[in-house]
Amino acid sequence: MSEQVQHGEHEHHIVSPKVYVIVFFALLVGTAATVWASYVDLGLWNPIIALAIACTKATLVVLFFMHVKYSTKLTKLTVAAGIFMFLTLVSMTLADYISRAWGNW
Amino acid sequence: MPDSTQIAHGASADAHSEHPPYLRHHFESTEQQADAAGFAMWLFLLTEVMFFGGLFTAYLIYRNWYYPAFVAASHQLNVFWGTLNTVVLISSSFTMAMGVWCAETRRKSGLVLCLILTFIMGLGFLGIKSIEYREKIEKHHVPGFHYSMQSFLDPASDPEVFKEYHDKPLAPDMAVHTELYFSLYFLMTGMHALHMIIGIGILGFMIYRAQVGAYTSGHTTFVMNFGLYWHFVDIIWIYLFALLYLISRHQ
Repeated sequence: MSEQVQHGEHEHHIVSPKVYVIVFFALLVGTAATVWASYVDLGLWNPIIALAIACTKATLVVLFFMHVKYSTKLTKLTVAAGIFMFLTLVSMTLADYISRAWGNW
Repeated sequence: MPDSTQIAHGASADAHSEHPPYLRHHFESTEQQADAAGFAMWLFLLTEVMFFGGLFTAYLIYRNWYYPAFVAASHQLNVFWGTLNTVVLISSSFTMAMGVWCAETRRKSGLVLCLILTFIMGLGFLGIKSIEYREKIEKHHVPGFHYSMQSFLDPASDPEVFKEYHDKPLAPDMAVHTELYFSLYFLMTGMHALHMIIGIGILGFMIYRAQVGAYTSGHTTFVMNFGLYWHFVDIIWIYLFALLYLISRHQ
């Protein structure tokens, strides 16, 4: 039974607890950093920094907790397609709003 | 037809002696089966991305339209509770990831422990969330007939928030739009909480199944895919925390 699990074309990668612990601490540091940054008045940069830290944290979760770094090309492509689709829809919606009714609501 | 079913059954009876019982017959190998299940889970998560993405886009546009109202309304959120909840949820994601590792390396008691910790932290998150919701209910900040703009027309009447932010009063036609902020706040955090409730329910089922060794005999698909779901819910909160609590602290 267990032998068959070992001999696959795409061998299943088991992410070690060490990686999980490192990622966990990185996420906690990211949380502390984003809360700290929100107390500093950076004007326009406040939302940009908050979103940048959130995106970094999300990337860590996707790559390591969700194993995408170690998964098949199909899974990687699926995730990339999802992000691409989401960004496309958001930017098209924004393009529509900005170019038409902005300021005339 | 009956013949072909019989043949199929005969074939499966033979095949069972050569492969793990959890391998479905339309898959060549357990790896292929696991990859297919993971792929399907990701497709489901993409529909979730689109669903929450719509809410995030609505928030983005309305925040830009009614900026003063959204800034003032977001000052009603308590950063301490939000940060604590973020830490609780990230920790529960960590224990869930460790649970996946336990399932893969066939550690039954370790898996049960990780699932129970994840379960408890999930409940803790909802508990903290309910403290926040209760505050909104008491201040009449839940959109609807009993909604009150008092905190925004006269910020000094809300001393706890006023001493931290010193907001200027909003004009009535702008203060009206704080209700929109709270609509989006309750919609987004509420949908997130609903996902947590569903996840906690499935966790309860998994704790029961894990105790009889269901996930520690090689078939880890259920735990793996639930892990993906739980981490996804964590990611949504990471963004909700930044967008609802943190980005509007300064005008």
